[in-house]
Amino acid sequence: MAKVSSKKKLSKTKAKKSSEVADDSAVKKTEVVYDEEEDEEEDLNDNVTSEEEEEDGEDERRRQKLLEAISALGGKRKKTLGERSEAAVQLSEFSVNAEGEGDKINLSDLIGSMDKTPQVSTKTKKQLKTLQKSNRTVQSPLSKQETERIQRDVAFQKAASEVTRWKGIIKQNQRAEQLVFPLNEEPPGPKPMERVVTGWKARTPLEEEIFALLSANKQPIHDPILTPQEEVSMKAMSLEEAKIRRAELQKARALQSYYEAKTRRERKIKSKKYHRVQNKAKRKDFVKQFDEMVKSDPAAALEELNKMELARMQERMSLKHQNSGKWAKSKAIMAKYDEGARKAMQQQLEVNKDLTQKLVTAVNDEEEEEEEEECEGGDPEVLPDFVNDAEQGVDSSNPWMRGKLSEDPAEKETSEIVDLTAEEESADVEEEEEEEEEEVKETEEEALLREFDSRRKRRQAQETDMIPVISLDDDEEEESKTAVEEEEESITAVEEKEESKVAAEEEEETEEEEEQLSEFTNLYKEIAESRREAEAEQAEAAAAADAETSSAQLEETLMRIRTLEDTEELLMQEDSAADEAPVPPPAAEDPPPASQPAGTNKKRKRGIELKQVLTKATKVIRVPLAQTVEDAEDSDDNQEQRGLIREAFAGDDVVSDFLKEKRKQEDAGKPQVVDLTLPGWGEWGGTGLKPSRRKRKKFRMKAAPPPPRKDVSLPGVIISEKRNRSITLHQVNTLPFPFETHTQFESTIRTPLGRTWNTERTVKKMTKPKVVTRMGAIIEPMAREELMKDKNQATVADRNSVNSGKRKR
Amino acid sequence: MASPGDATLDTSHVGKKKVPARYWLEPQKEGKDEGEVGKDAESIKKRLLRKEKKKEKIKEKKKEKMREKMKEKAKKMKQRDTLVEKSISGKSDPFPGPAPISQDRVRKFKRKTKTKRSGSVGNKLRDMISRSEETSEMAQKQSARFDLLLPEDAGFLEGDEDEDTCTISQEDIADAVDITSGAKYFNLKLSQFGPYRVDYSKTGRHLLLGGRRGHVACVDWQSKQLMCEINVMESVNDVKWLHSEAMYAVAQKKWLYMYDTNGIELHCIRKFNDVLRMQFLPYHFLLATASATSFLQYLDVSVGKEVAAICTKTGRLDVMCQNPHNAVVHLGHHNGTVTLWSPNQKEALVKMLCHQGGVRSIAVDKTGTYMVTSGMDKKLKVYDIRTFKPLNSYFLPAGSSCLSLSQKGLLSAATGDIVQVYRDVWSTTVTKPYMAHRVRGTVWGLHFCPFEDVLGVGHGDGFTSMLVPGAGEPNFDGLDANPYRSAKQRQEWEVKALLEKIQPELISLDPHELGQVDSATFEQRHQDRVQALGFDPLAKAKFIPKYKKKGRSSAGSVERRKKQVAHEDQRDVIRETVEDKMKIEEERRQREKKAAVLSGQKSALDRFKK
Repeated sequence: MAKVSSKKKLSKTKAKKSSEVADDSAVKKTEVVYDEEEDEEEDLNDNVTSEEEEEDGEDERRRQKLLEAISALGGKRKKTLGERSEAAVQLSEFSVNAEGEGDKINLSDLIGSMDKTPQVSTKTKKQLKTLQKSNRTVQSPLSKQETERIQRDVAFQKAASEVTRWKGIIKQNQRAEQLVFPLNEEPPGPKPMERVVTGWKARTPLEEEIFALLSANKQPIHDPILTPQEEVSMKAMSLEEAKIRRAELQKARALQSYYEAKTRRERKIKSKKYHRVQNKAKRKDFVKQFDEMVKSDPAAALEELNKMELARMQERMSLKHQNSGKWAKSKAIMAKYDEGARKAMQQQLEVNKDLTQKLVTAVNDEEEEEEEEECEGGDPEVLPDFVNDAEQGVDSSNPWMRGKLSEDPAEKETSEIVDLTAEEESADVEEEEEEEEEEVKETEEEALLREFDSRRKRRQAQETDMIPVISLDDDEEEESKTAVEEEEESITAVEEKEESKVAAEEEEETEEEEEQLSEFTNLYKEIAESRREAEAEQAEAAAAADAETSSAQLEETLMRIRTLEDTEELLMQEDSAADEAPVPPPAAEDPPPASQPAGTNKKRKRGIELKQVLTKATKVIRVPLAQTVEDAEDSDDNQEQRGLIREAFAGDDVVSDFLKEKRKQEDAGKPQVVDLTLPGWGEWGGTGLKPSRRKRKKFRMKAAPPPPRKDVSLPGVIISEKRNRSITLHQVNTLPFPFETHTQFESTIRTPLGRTWNTERTVKKMTKPKVVTRMGAIIEPMAREELMKDKNQATVADRNSVNSGKRKR
Repeated sequence: MASPGDATLDTSHVGKKKVPARYWLEPQKEGKDEGEVGKDAESIKKRLLRKEKKKEKIKEKKKEKMREKMKEKAKKMKQRDTLVEKSISGKSDPFPGPAPISQDRVRKFKRKTKTKRSGSVGNKLRDMISRSEETSEMAQKQSARFDLLLPEDAGFLEGDEDEDTCTISQEDIADAVDITSGAKYFNLKLSQFGPYRVDYSKTGRHLLLGGRRGHVACVDWQSKQLMCEINVMESVNDVKWLHSEAMYAVAQKKWLYMYDTNGIELHCIRKFNDVLRMQFLPYHFLLATASATSFLQYLDVSVGKEVAAICTKTGRLDVMCQNPHNAVVHLGHHNGTVTLWSPNQKEALVKMLCHQGGVRSIAVDKTGTYMVTSGMDKKLKVYDIRTFKPLNSYFLPAGSSCLSLSQKGLLSAATGDIVQVYRDVWSTTVTKPYMAHRVRGTVWGLHFCPFEDVLGVGHGDGFTSMLVPGAGEPNFDGLDANPYRSAKQRQEWEVKALLEKIQPELISLDPHELGQVDSATFEQRHQDRVQALGFDPLAKAKFIPKYKKKGRSSAGSVERRKKQVAHEDQRDVIRETVEDKMKIEEERRQREKKAAVLSGQKSALDRFKK
């Protein structure tokens, strides 16, 4: 039955069906049997009732019955089923008569009628047909336990597949560097009112009443209380936006301050010539503008004309330029004698004439107005109003990046240069230049301000087509820049001259300084030398012959040590030859240099090497000051001599002692040979009898040679091979779980965590807790939505990673 | 410091891009969205070009090279990071990514090498390793970045042409430098109480003087303020500051004493007798003493307990120094050997033969790389103490009795009454001293003052404070040794230092040993445990038969009873092995049988087989 899990279900259902079918047939059979009995009785009844009703065919039937009864008497009792003969009100359902009564019923008999009945579904038909074809007997149904087991199995699989869907997210969480619970929380901060309100229900009667009132008056309850604009402002600016905004404000403010400064400066200029020239320029400009205006915008031109007319009227009404004031009177008195006064009066009159002339451009007034406007630069009105406004649009660039202010330093430079040059050059040139520059600057700044304003307006109006305007702006800027260029070119020439001059001056100065310095140094040197000489003399006087002898001795000793060493070598050889068990030399280090005497034995290499180490080529250091006071240890000459001898021979001892000690240590470190021979086993034992050689060989256990010592290649060093027990208590002695090799683990713990060795950020990163829970927050189990969301994210991330991978390739 | 690698906006919020002309930018960069504002871009380009020209005219000569460099740099950056993120203004960042750090600076903060990725490692492990690599790399880089905050640099003395720096006298230097520095050169004439030993406190503010004939004084030497002055009425062998300037130890004729800054005797430690030299290990709070009886003793000054007493069996110990890198104590002996000691081992960690005569003085540099020794053979030798190999050997005509190394690696050597200072003794071969100075008497103690360009010389006629340019570390760690700390800060530091005290067990030749996995065998560890506990915790109790009366505890029956339980543990093992053997045998037989059956070839003689 239960062979393969996948087939189980099918076979089981089959079995079920077959069993059902079998049951059915059984029931039918019994029914049939039952019918037979019933029918008999009924027949009898029938016979009784039908006797009176029908008489014509009665005889015939009776005869038949009789025959039947007789035949029944003869053999075994044959049951007959009642026949359904006529329509009656009450009909027994069991009185159905089968044709082949008493026969075995075949499946085909049952199915036969199936084709005729349309009610039977094709599916069952098919099933029945396959059943018909198969000749096998149907298996008995499974036991309860087995079916349950199967059911459990299936249920488990289902649940498992359900659960495995969470696997990804769980793994991801497990692998995450840090988890902050509750997961996927909304950022803190103010929430919009509507959201708060929707989640809240009126409970108390007061609240209910209020809500009823509100709803009655059609006040918004749930509907957005906040307009989208408000919502935006609620969210507050993002950092970038804020930065942009700030930058723009900064620029505007800077521009304003420049503008103010400039106007202030201009106002302070007292040069009449300057103003005259400027006025002239302005006038020209105005005329030009006016001409243009006449062509392009006649209405505006008319207005302008009106203005002029008005100005003329005012001039005519007023006594302003008519030489009737106090000043004019005083001038009039002086006019007889003073040319200048006369001129001034003349000018006044001219102005008056100009102004009162009909249909003349009336420039003067206009320009006065302009000047006035300029003077008003200090007022807050000049500040473009957008400075104080909140900015909403997203499409505003960083003004610092856009505008011309980035050139400011250069401009400043040029202006400085101009100042420098101006001082030297004549006043006329200076004035002119300044004027020019001023003009240029003004135009630039004005253009910028205008640009700002226009941009602002544009943004407010949310115009979509920007390009033509921008291009216009650019043109303006270009013009101004060309002007600047020209000017700067002229300046550079001046500057170069200046530079060359300055350089020449500097050179002269440095030369002078050097001369002075050299003088100083010479003096200094002389003094120092004299002092040194004096010192040396003193030292000589103090030490006298002593120092000389000592130095000579020192040299001697150096020589002597060397000679002694040679003798030592020989001694060493003898010594070691005398030693019965010479230890084999360790791994050869360096070949002895050629200067080594040829007679050295190779076997004694180590000792020689050691001495080489001890007598490594020494550099004699020259000491400028001679020693005056002797060390307490060897103050006497005699003592020194003795000390030297002692040193020399002590050196000999030192080396051999050291070697001996090292050998001893090495021997101690070697594993001992274990002798397990038992005398008397397998052979004769007793005094004077030794176990045989073969046996001894067999039972002597030789341990493996120890690893090479750390000081094998260092002849003059003994490194202890003892294990440091105390530190092992603090060491890790078993590799922690996920690691596979020691090096992996060691490399992960190689960086210290403390603040002493790391910067604050690193410490914070390294000591980040794996799980963070917010105090008081409810950590709810993950919802199914999360799963879906994560899946989406994962797929997106996958795609991204794939993309990036492609890009990398 | 700006945090590197911060995200920048990748969407530009402006449609129109007005580009300020930067001289490192190339005009070709324009035209990203030419389709939209083609005209505009064109005009901008023109303008840019014109601007470029103008700029060039102005600053042609000055800036050309620099600009080119910058351009190259920018190009490199571009190549390095093809996907340069756009900033707010829509311009690409000309210097994308974090600021570069110089390679040697990064190397300075390197800690071990990282492991090579082995091919097949589990997911979890791979994550773990990569994460730790990332953090350690970050730590390294950040440290390198912050190295910028140590701006001070050590200077040095530079003579004129054909003038030796060693001929420049202290007076000249003192005259040349500023007043405060000049005041650091001074002499204390203390001829009465014999040659002086010297010690500076860890911060370099306080000076301790110990005269041979019992005079002990501590001075705030920069303000020349005398803190206390006593005469202990005994010979003084050595003086040493303890962890702070509140306490100091004096090795007197018989015992070791401790005093506070008021000269009040705090302790007399009778366990430490005949001390000749002392060293204080500041991070372990250990006072190591070497005595005339050849004992090396360690005293934990934080708890007042003797940590270890080691009999070195090498005679009188009057040469001692410590390795600041690993807190190992170096001792010099009369037979020309230098031994290295830790309190955890009864025998010397390393014994090296350095001189043919006795060793007179030792000094180890701050990084624990080099050791300088001087001996009776009048030689001065430099060793690489990590490999124990000699690097340089010098012959000093008179030998040197005292050695001292400064924080910046200047070596001072005293020969008689002359103090010489050498530069770069290990990296180059020195032929003459960097500085030399003659003091009044035989030099008895030398000590460089930390964080100052000063060398303190204690001699027969008092004390001399010498100016040695380039000796002290110019950048101090305010949390470790702050020369300008207040009393409050000192107290705070003391508490922290005590909390961070390193246990004496951790002293070993390689300080990184703690970070290694102990690869000892179980047997070895068990042995250690047995040694530590004094008994074998895993050993089985020996079976002792119960005493029974009525003659049943006769020797024979006791033996029999013993035999019953003898080798009980082995019995199981033997049984198992026997069973195993049987099983194997059985299997083998069956296999043979099967093979025979399978072979199917029946010989005529098979019938005789049973």
